[in-house]
This record gives sequence, C-alpha cells and structure tokens, in this order.
Amino acid sequence: MNNTSTLTVQNVVIGVILLAALLAVPHFLKLYHQDLLIYLTINVLAVCSYRLVTLTGEWSLIHAVMMGVGAYTASLLFIHFGLDMWFTLPLAGGVAALVAALLCFPLLRMTQFYFLIGSFAAGEAIRLTWIEFVGVFGGTGGLTGVEPPIFWGIDFIDPIPYYYLSLAIVSFSLFILYRIENSRVGLTLHAIHWKAALAESVGVDAWRYRALAFIVGSFFVGVAGALKVHYLGSVSPNQASIGFMVFILIWVIVGGYNKFYGPIIGVVVLTVFDESIRSFEVMRPAIYGIVLILSILFLPLGLESIPGKIKSWFGVGPAPQDPPLTDQ
Amino acid sequence: MELFLLSIVNGLIQGGFFALFAVGLVLIFGVMGVVNFAHGELVMVGAFTIWLLHAQYGLSYIPAIMVAIVLVTVIGLLMERFLFRPTRADPLAGLICSIGVLFILQVVATLIGGDGPSKQVPPPYQGTLVLFEFLRIPYQRVFSLIISVSALGSLWFFLTRSKFGWALRAVAQDREAAALQGINTNRISIIAIGVGAALAGLAGGLVAPLTNINPHMGHNVIITAFIVTIVGGVGSLSGAVLAAVLYAMFHTFMTVYFGGTVATICGLILMVVVLIVKPTGLMGVRISE
Repeated sequence: MNNTSTLTVQNVVIGVILLAALLAVPHFLKLYHQDLLIYLTINVLAVCSYRLVTLTGEWSLIHAVMMGVGAYTASLLFIHFGLDMWFTLPLAGGVAALVAALLCFPLLRMTQFYFLIGSFAAGEAIRLTWIEFVGVFGGTGGLTGVEPPIFWGIDFIDPIPYYYLSLAIVSFSLFILYRIENSRVGLTLHAIHWKAALAESVGVDAWRYRALAFIVGSFFVGVAGALKVHYLGSVSPNQASIGFMVFILIWVIVGGYNKFYGPIIGVVVLTVFDESIRSFEVMRPAIYGIVLILSILFLPLGLESIPGKIKSWFGVGPAPQDPPLTDQ
Repeated sequence: MELFLLSIVNGLIQGGFFALFAVGLVLIFGVMGVVNFAHGELVMVGAFTIWLLHAQYGLSYIPAIMVAIVLVTVIGLLMERFLFRPTRADPLAGLICSIGVLFILQVVATLIGGDGPSKQVPPPYQGTLVLFEFLRIPYQRVFSLIISVSALGSLWFFLTRSKFGWALRAVAQDREAAALQGINTNRISIIAIGVGAALAGLAGGLVAPLTNINPHMGHNVIITAFIVTIVGGVGSLSGAVLAAVLYAMFHTFMTVYFGGTVATICGLILMVVVLIVKPTGLMGVRISE
C-alpha cells in the first residue's frame, strides 16, 4: 500500500488495456445498457468515496442522502439559475461537503453503533425535509427537468458522450481519492482505525481526521449525485432512501473494503449480476439478500480476497487473514 | 379538550405497541450486541400472518395471533442460529446479515400477498368503549393496550423474578463474566432473540387491524424502534418502555397538530439531540471503557 511508485511496465500495460476496454465498451451495448453503464460509472464514485469515510472504521448510513444533497443542489441551481453542469458539479460537491461539515459536530461525537444510528437519523431527517417542503423540493415526486450540458457542439444527452464525460470525471475523482488514501492523511486514517489510542497518544487529533474523511467523502458523493441527476433528469427523495444506502453497503462489503479496488469490483460484479437476474422481477431483492448473507458468512473479506485465497490453496503466498469488520 | 384527552389515550395505546417491539430490539442488542435491522420486518410478518389467516382464511383472531407469534419466533431462532451466532465476533456482520433477512422477508410477503395496494384487516372487536360520555375508544384499541401492558408486565416478571431472567441480564451486562459463572450464553442468546421475536410477532398481530399492511411497513417500525431505543438509553429495558410511551405521546400530538412527516422529523432530531446531550438516554448507564 505504501508503494506509490507503481509505474512498472506491467502496470502501464494493464492500464492501457483497461482504458481501451473502458472506452470501447459502450459501442457494444444497447441503448438501455449504455444508460446502465453510466449509472454504474457514477456508482463507482459513490462506493469509493464511501470507502474513504469508512477508512477510520466508522460505518455511516448517510452517504446515499449526501448523494441526494448533491443531486438536489445541482437541480435547484439548474432550474432556478440556469447554471449548467460545469458549475453545478463542483457546487453540488461543495454543498454536500458543507452539510457534512455541519453534521460533524453532532455525529462525530459518536462512534460505532451510535454513529451508525445517528447518521441514519440525520440522513432520514434530511430526506423527510425534502418530502415535507413541497414548494422548494417538490415533495415525494422530487424535481424534474434537469438537462445535460451542450459543449463544443456535443449534446451530452446522448449516452456515449455522457459516458465518456462521467468516465473522465469519475476517473479524476478516483485518482484524487487514491492519492488521499496513500498520502500521510490516508495512513493516519488507517492508524485511527486500527490503533486509535496509540494514534492519539502521538498527537493525532482523531476528530479532525474523521471529520476530514467524512467531508471529503461527502464532497465526492455530492459530485456523483450531480452527475447522476444531469443525466437522469430528475431527483426524488426515494433515490436517497435507506434502500440505496444498503446497496452501497452491499457493494462495498461484497467487493471487499480492505483494498481500494475492492468496492469497484463489488459494484461492477453485482450490477452485472443484478442485470442477469432481471427476469426474476420481485424475487431480485431476496436473491440479493441471500448473496449478501452468503458473502458475509463465507467471504468476509469480499470478492477481492478470492485471488489470494486461491493462491494460498495452491501453497503460493500467505494465507489471507480475516480481520473483523470493526475492531472492538 | 376532547381532542387533547383522546390524543393522550391514543398516545398510550401507541406507546404500548412501540414498547413491544422496541423492547425486543433492546433485548437482542443487549444480549448479543447485534442491531437487528430486520426487526421491523418481524412485525410485518406478524401482521401479514393475521391478514392471511384471519382476514383471508377466517381463522379467529386469537389463534391467528398465536400462530403469528410462533412463526416470528421461529424466524428469530433461525436468524440466531445461522446468522448471528457465526458472526458474533463482529457486530457489523450481524447487522448486514439482518439486512439480508429484511430483503428476503419483504419478498416472501410480496409473493404471498401480491404487489397490490395495502391490505386491511377488519377489526375483530367491534364497538366503542365510551368513557365519561366524550371519550370514545374502539374496543380493538382497548384490547391492544391490555395485551401489550400484560405482555410487558410478564416480561418484567420474567426478567426480575426467574432464574433465566437473571442469567439473561447477567449476559447483557458482561458476557464473559456470565460465562465464567457457568451461564450457557448460547442458550441465553436463544432465549433473548426468542422473546424479542415473539414480542415483535405479537406487536404485528396487535397492529394488524389498526393499520395498513404492506411488505414495506417495517421501515417506519425500525425508525421508531431506533428513536425509542436511543432516547430510552441503549440496553435499558425500562428506559425503552418509558421512551416508547413518551415518544408515542410526542408523535401523536405532533401528528395531530403538524402532520405525520413533521412528527417523524422532530422525532429524529430529538434522537440526535439526545445522542449529543445525554448519550446514555433516559435510563441508560454509562459504560466506562
């Protein structure tokens, strides 16, 4: 993890192949699947920013609502001030970060179970505010009529240009998130998670670092929310419900939260899986539930741990260890 | 004035119902350290059983409640044995597993009841109790209040007077120390989740004739249960009961004067305030690290 100088030939080759695949993939898909690809790209940013929040070992239940904050900010700015996406995107992230900064004061006084419940309550209160104040937020139906930008003569209402645009924005955000995790700040976050007392004894202000992770994570998920609403065209309180939050949790946990790429694997694999069981209709949540339970029971480190497990079966490499999700 | 008195009575009845499932959540959390996110769905299963057996197949109300209690208890026991026990080292894993159960129970309910509009159960007890000429309470609500108070009373009796109750409270205080005293902690976990689930099933049975039944009704239940648990003090049963009654009053009055959504928003804010100002809640005890 400390090894940031990873510019080896092997990595460059893998990177080029990955980039080519990512650029080529929408051309092989139907319109419906192209839409799905865009949402998948945006969800990748949602899970990776969530991982930054969880690095300190605290699992919040407010991330989906923060995505909603970004989406609502972008919609309101677009509808009332006619700002296009280049302005709404950073502003949406900014407002989400601001809300997170304000919430730090009550929420970060809590840890573990209390933080989980407290963040859930705060998020639910924000969401119910959207439902209650119909005049501003449009009530249960939400806000509609948000449009993608037109730039350089390209109308981004088409899925392929919008996909490239979101791919670029998401990749850039992931790069920043990756650099944060591998910086001194990121290492401090890990230290707070695994050795909180020791970290504080050498002068680390745990509160400030937890706040930083929470605010930065919320900023990026706010951007993701804005990116989503400009393509989807509408936002509603339902999009930020605990249901979507649970999906973020599932993606991160099934993918594996110990590695940076674990949540990405989780969201990609489960989205493809979800698409392949589309014909089961009402059964889908139950199938999801079963997959979730099985992966917690039998693969607690997530999908990213599979290669390591296979290696250790064949006697190559060390046996992977199973640390608990939260340390006591 | 009449509205005021009626709201107090309705708040009390609601409070009894809140207390039934909040106490179950507290029991499970206290003994096993697991937040059972599917607790609202246990109530939903209870209510659905009443709809299916009583309203659809004509089984009378009391036996239908019995079946609901047994069914929900069995679900709870299966969860303990196959999900919570293997993941005991890790409280978050138990919570995630319970979310999986939540999805499964919702789908099962949808498959049985269909995806149509919310179901209703005609109240088995018709008529209205008239007190002092202006206070009219349907017998169904009176029944609900009596049953929930007696269930909570017998729970209190069980916890403070019986050997198992003592053992259960000992495990909730300190699992390791209890095990060292020769208490079988696995058995106590089973009792805790059995009692918690049974109360949830009973709550579902009692609420079925008074509300709209649909596969997603557990959502409001779990929010209420969280608020009540936090305000009462995590791990405190008497705190949960007290908080349930107070919160039900609060919610009833807010709903009467400001509407249901504002009532829930205020409840959630109240909960966050309690978490900040007095994290131990009304009756909780501070646990030093």
